[in-house]
Amino acid sequence: MNSIIDKQDRKLALSHILVGYFAFLIGTFCGLLQVFIRNDAIELPNWLDYYQILTAHGVLLALVFTTFFIFGFLISGMSKTLGTFGPKTRGFSWIGFYLMVIGTTMTTVTIISGQASVLYTFYAPLQASGWFYVGLALVIVGSWVLGFSLIGHYIVWKKAHKKQLSPLFAFMTVATIILWVIACLGIVVAALFQFIPWAFGWVETINVELSRSLFWYFGHPLVYFWLLPAYMAWYVVVPKIIGGKVFSDALARLSFVLFILFSIPVGFHHQLTEPGIESFWKFLQVVLTFMVIIPSLMTAFSLFATFEITGRKKGGRGLFGWFTKLPWRDVRFTSIFIAMAFFIPGGAGGIINASFQMNEVIHNTMWVVGHFHITVGTPVAMTFMGITFWLIPHLTGRKLTKSIKKLAFIQIITWAIGMLLMSTSQHILGLLGAPRRTSYTGYNGNNVALEWFDGILSNHVTMAIGGSILFLSAMLLIYIVVITCVASPKATTEAELVEFPIAESDPGATPRFLENWWIWIGICFALIAIAYTIPIMDMIQHAPPGSTGFQTW
Amino acid sequence: MHRLEEIWMTVSVGILIIFMAIVGYQTFSLGMGPPSHAETIDPQKVEETAPFDDPGVKKIGDNEYEVVMTLQSFAFNPSNIEVPAGAKVTFTMTAMDVTHGFQLPGTNINAMVMPGHIQKISHTFDEPGEYLIICNEYCGVGHQAMSTTITVK
Ligand code: HEM
Ligand SMILES: [Cu+2]
Ligand SMILES: [Cu+2]
Repeated sequence: MNSIIDKQDRKLALSHILVGYFAFLIGTFCGLLQVFIRNDAIELPNWLDYYQILTAHGVLLALVFTTFFIFGFLISGMSKTLGTFGPKTRGFSWIGFYLMVIGTTMTTVTIISGQASVLYTFYAPLQASGWFYVGLALVIVGSWVLGFSLIGHYIVWKKAHKKQLSPLFAFMTVATIILWVIACLGIVVAALFQFIPWAFGWVETINVELSRSLFWYFGHPLVYFWLLPAYMAWYVVVPKIIGGKVFSDALARLSFVLFILFSIPVGFHHQLTEPGIESFWKFLQVVLTFMVIIPSLMTAFSLFATFEITGRKKGGRGLFGWFTKLPWRDVRFTSIFIAMAFFIPGGAGGIINASFQMNEVIHNTMWVVGHFHITVGTPVAMTFMGITFWLIPHLTGRKLTKSIKKLAFIQIITWAIGMLLMSTSQHILGLLGAPRRTSYTGYNGNNVALEWFDGILSNHVTMAIGGSILFLSAMLLIYIVVITCVASPKATTEAELVEFPIAESDPGATPRFLENWWIWIGICFALIAIAYTIPIMDMIQHAPPGSTGFQTW
Repeated sequence: MHRLEEIWMTVSVGILIIFMAIVGYQTFSLGMGPPSHAETIDPQKVEETAPFDDPGVKKIGDNEYEVVMTLQSFAFNPSNIEVPAGAKVTFTMTAMDVTHGFQLPGTNINAMVMPGHIQKISHTFDEPGEYLIICNEYCGVGHQAMSTTITVK
């Protein structure tokens, strides 16, 4: 069963992953610069500025690296579980890939040339070059073309396998793409009808509050677009690596369906301290936000259940004996386990952020920066690293050598240490009140600001040490990527091939309606309508005169 | 095994419901919700529109003050404010250009101030001392320098 996927599909997947890692290389270098600029250790040449670097960091890591990597992973898994792509699927996938590459290039050029220091949230009325928004829109359109071509592949499979539930990996891929397509509607509308006409000067002004709300309608499910592929690895890949099975096929599918429903109508939780949205609607979306905790807890339960069942089968005894039986020496497992461990404080922090009035304590402080580095920056990113270690060799037909495995261990351990240092100091700084998105500042030597940096963990040095370790770890990862692409010895026998681990999942007891997508899409739009119609109408009808654009950088 | 799962989900969903009830009660009965003022203003005509045609600290009642403030890259107007200890202060704010933030570290004051919108947030300053006011929403190249103080005497 150690079959390798089709050569042309491998090329497609690998191209995505490599573009992703190219973005990762530049993005993490920006991160390194940031920690040193923030503590006044380096001075930038005057053609370069902190906010330009920060824009590149956010765009390249949060949007580009994640999206390319995710599609690389989904493409390989779909080819693996549903069979080789047909010519149409493959053709459209390449079109999507090139659209995304062109879009990314455009956006990056505008950032580097200093015409788009608006950060990755591009809040109006900060106005970037129109090509910045065109580039972003192309990335989204490309991702839709890719998404629909994967759905096309799924439909072909469904037609050939009437009345069968799709394999779990394919089901989860479709759920992720549905979530993504619905989420992107917000940003596509904002780009086409607000930002692009305004940035090119076809209209004078922009409705600021509406643009922010459309952004966050997209921005929160964006988080789940990162997280769901990581969950796919947790649900489907990890059980195979540890020698077990999927805990419950039905539960896994149900949790993905719940993520589609509850991750979209919640964007206001990023806008809790804004004027122009009534408390009632903010509160309603806060309640919906809390609903998404339910599938998260289901996920946590299933994963630990799989660990325990497998550990006990291997002879683990007593309350925690099974824990020691897990394959800790297998970097494919340990990496993902560390990723999961980081998600425990990450998720708890998210609950704090979403807790309405509590949000005032942390909103726009360094706490938030700490928070997303222990959600997307580690649980998601490290899961992707864990996938990379076997996926690239699988795609290149090379061996995963002992020395690479060792380096991989060093890489994930250093990432974990660096992130622990950096994110802890960021969380503490935030609680003390230090704001995010700031270049070096002492606020004219104000005592309050000076005290922020006196703590043992909260000072800038801790953050800089953490950031430096992280950057070294990132470079080690790039080295591993390059070596497994071009230098590792070729696998010559069947047994040497690096497998794509997919665990068995028994759909025997799974209710069929879980795969009736129209039900879920319908409920999803109903929830969106409930949560957004009235406040959005209000923003349009009671809009103040619009804002003209500003370039304040 | 599924029995344990039921317990896990019931207990955690129960906690979430209690939690939501507390947050809702605090918001709607105790008025502790985050700032969500509804009034709007023409962002091009802030300086001609009352009350922002005359920014400053105003005494509006017994031990009650209103601070009418405009935010602009990269300054607060008025700046270096003084209020007496124990006074309830309401900040009435709007932005003249891009979106800014209004945060007082060490208090729970944290609000977005957007062009076209009027934002209000109140606080009673019991402890005398100098408080730092900072902008916590990226507003341009001088964002890290956008700050002032409020002295409570
Ligand atoms: C070498 C590793 C990294 C370092 C040293 C680093 C450092 C930083 C720092 C210091 C900031 C805050 C800057 C500020 O608010 O002034 C930041 C922001 C951010 N980081 Fe990272 N980071 C790293 C990796 C990552 C990764 C892997 C991701 C996501 C996949 C990520 C996503 C973000 C995002 C989305 C922001 C917010 C940007 C914004 O506020 O506009 N970072 N990073
Ligand atoms: Cu969110
Ligand atoms: Cu600012």
